Amino acid sequence: MSKTGLMQQSFEHHVSDDLLLDCMRCGFCLPSCPTYLHMGQDETQSPRGRIALMRAVRDGFIEWDSSIERSFDLCLGCRACEPACPAGVQYGTLIEQTREAIQSLKTPGIVEKTARKIAFDHLFVEQKKMGKAVSLVKVYQKSGLQKAVRKIGFLNLFPKHMKSMEAALPPVEKPVATLRKVHTSPLKVAFFTGCLMDTLYKETNGKTIALLEMLGIEVTIPDGQKCCGALHGHSGELARGLKNIEQNIEVFDSDDFDYIVNNAGGCGAFLKEYEKHLSTEKGQRFSQKTIDISSVLIKGGLLDWLQALPKREVKAVVTYQDSCHLRNVNGVITEPRAILNNLPGIVYKELPKADMCCGSAGIYNLLQPELAGEILKTKMYHVKEINPAIIVTANPGCLLQMQAGIHLENLQQNMQAMHIVDLVYSIIKENE
Amino acid sequence: MNERALQQFQNILGKEHVKNSTAQLLAYSYDATANFQRMPEVVLSPESAQQIIEILHVCNTFNIPIIPRGSGTNLAAGTVPYAGGAVLLFNRMNRVIEFDQENLTITVQPGMISEDLCKFVESHGLFYPPDPSSMKISTIGGNVSENSGGLRGLKYGVTKDYVKGLQVVLANGQLLKTGGKLAKDVAGYDLTSLLVGAEGTLGIITEITLKLIPLPTKKMTSVAYFHSLEDAARTVSQIIASKIIPVTLEFLDQKTIVAVEQFMKIGLPTDVEAMLVFEQDGDETIVMKDINEMTRIAKENGAFITQLAKDEIEAEKIKTARRVALSALSKLRPTTILEDATVPRSALAEMVRRINKIAERNNVNIATFGHAGDGNLHPTCLTDVRDHEEMERVEQAFAEIFEAALDLGGTITGEHGIGEMKAPYLEWKVGESGIQLMKGIKAVFDPNNIINPGKIFAKETKKRVMLHV
Repeated sequence: MSKTGLMQQSFEHHVSDDLLLDCMRCGFCLPSCPTYLHMGQDETQSPRGRIALMRAVRDGFIEWDSSIERSFDLCLGCRACEPACPAGVQYGTLIEQTREAIQSLKTPGIVEKTARKIAFDHLFVEQKKMGKAVSLVKVYQKSGLQKAVRKIGFLNLFPKHMKSMEAALPPVEKPVATLRKVHTSPLKVAFFTGCLMDTLYKETNGKTIALLEMLGIEVTIPDGQKCCGALHGHSGELARGLKNIEQNIEVFDSDDFDYIVNNAGGCGAFLKEYEKHLSTEKGQRFSQKTIDISSVLIKGGLLDWLQALPKREVKAVVTYQDSCHLRNVNGVITEPRAILNNLPGIVYKELPKADMCCGSAGIYNLLQPELAGEILKTKMYHVKEINPAIIVTANPGCLLQMQAGIHLENLQQNMQAMHIVDLVYSIIKENE
Repeated sequence: MNERALQQFQNILGKEHVKNSTAQLLAYSYDATANFQRMPEVVLSPESAQQIIEILHVCNTFNIPIIPRGSGTNLAAGTVPYAGGAVLLFNRMNRVIEFDQENLTITVQPGMISEDLCKFVESHGLFYPPDPSSMKISTIGGNVSENSGGLRGLKYGVTKDYVKGLQVVLANGQLLKTGGKLAKDVAGYDLTSLLVGAEGTLGIITEITLKLIPLPTKKMTSVAYFHSLEDAARTVSQIIASKIIPVTLEFLDQKTIVAVEQFMKIGLPTDVEAMLVFEQDGDETIVMKDINEMTRIAKENGAFITQLAKDEIEAEKIKTARRVALSALSKLRPTTILEDATVPRSALAEMVRRINKIAERNNVNIATFGHAGDGNLHPTCLTDVRDHEEMERVEQAFAEIFEAALDLGGTITGEHGIGEMKAPYLEWKVGESGIQLMKGIKAVFDPNNIINPGKIFAKETKKRVMLHV
């Protein structure tokens, strides 16, 4: 069978006809799409265009070629099109299905195969392995053992400009000091540690727990949790990721906690959508209980407590870059801003176009460095408009990207990027 | 595509602005019209009128159709390629050329996004009123070519009421300037008016001069619910008869209200036959007076709930129902076909009743909302393109709806245009002599029929249906 025929079959198998039909082709998604805007308003690089391409491949209307694949590859998966869509098209699901349809027909080269195997069967499955790999990266950073690291293909999963972020990477983790308990709360939560957050940003996880406990929230960290599977899903490896989903749903299924808390926007969105991939009662319960850290801190009474703190002299301008998935999928927009607005000693300024993707998008900045760089350039243009001392993010990918942006623009003397948890923790610690 | 023609396009524009990959051609094979799609042979992105002139020379030499396209938001298949050819984009022609605050005009390139234009002039205290629902993404060139309407049409008119002058590349490659900044100008035929709403079939618009007016200072919004369509319609007529011209007067029928309530759960009463949303803008005292008067008229005519928005947030809440109408309806079935029949205001209730009867008779699902103040209704059919038998019934129902609109002294389209979709019905409205005259005009402008061919004029006219209403 021809490539086109095979691809058509694969699309028929993987990509939902009903979901495709939801698109009315009205074009309301166009102004929300970063690739459309960054590529000279090219309809090929728009959600409407990509859905039309999915439909055309599925219907056998066009011959399959690399230009079509490129259009799908260039999608950031930021899902800014979803809130903009009047018809509620589930674009995120469609692009995941499309990538699976393409991936299932691929015979990747040995390097990609190895990298994918390491990534999706090992690294992004178990935290322990991720921990080892991250320490390897650190060895790499210190001793320049480039070849060794390249051999395992691990660096393929990280941004090309990672080198420029050496300085930004947290050095050896220090144990996190607890915070004085200021509240009592009936809330009980389970903490989803995440793989990157639990390795590269382990300290942030420690501070997350410290903040929750400060508010009197009881925190449990269930054993046996695995990587959320988002990267599998976004790379057309959903079948491999399903095992993670199943296990996570199992280990978090308990009446003992009210919420399942995460502090990474990308993971949070995927966790919120577990029920789509596993529509069991347990799956639905998991998705319903999923919550991001800012929202749970507010539920735990953080704002009241912050408002009662004595006023302090303003020391720094702080801004916030939305995590696309936190904003567009989980709809968490006001909560992080409310926290930042109430932190003593800072003044919050809204970043123009904070709702536009920063170009990180999982491993996009590695796969499409050129376009990711363009998007980051635009982002930094807006950052410079308000010139903050701190850019706050709520997702490890965005954090790395903003750090890279600061280095690229040579602003590291006066500007830093921080996870919202780290900033809140440090300000509270200062106030203790 | 002819290799020599392709080479010449590349010479004119540079390779990167001549697109012809499979993905690129597919991405410009449709617009917002359901069930219309055809592949172009090449996609061109010029940056100047001069390049467009050169492109037209190539098109004439090789007999290549050329389809000007803004953002492809139109709903009558006006920008779908009819027989291959070149799709002409304006993504690189989106600048303000001149902002003249002394003469209250702005001259822009056609690729500018309509909302960007509105925001720009509003930041200077000026107002460009036409506001098609697609203004966030539609281009001003597209708006001019379609003579787009919008929610503010009742008080402020539509696009044509603001176009003062145009620069156009004609089919033979000549550059034409029409109109200008003058308030008075009667030199010869009014070619500007002819080109506005010509749906890109008479020439390629490369510059647009628009009239601006002062930005109103105050806006207020109110809503009223009715147990009978007639009550709502009488309210509309009486508001106008009382010499109030509201900026917006919108209508939702029961099916639409139910769909919106199911979708948004905002507490709309679902046992009502109609709701009206009205808005007035202008000077504060006049706005207050008008909005109170309109509320009084609504109550007098049987409105059982009326609600005046206290502030912008409440106004937004009230307008939500109208704004999400299409989204809410689109959730009900896989395919949504939004139509555009328009009747005189006085026939509003009768038209909605006829639409409902036609839907019932043809066993199709049609909900209606729209601009009550100007009689511009959007009967919206919820269907499934995969069901061919049902699609035939849908087509029959719409033919009957157009017939009913004409029967009531209305028209087959108020703001979407004819395009390819409604071409078979145009003769119903303008008659045979109208078609002949229009075809004659087209032939003078474009003797080789290369500019957006296959639009407005159909190969044959549909038979008029016999209505039994």
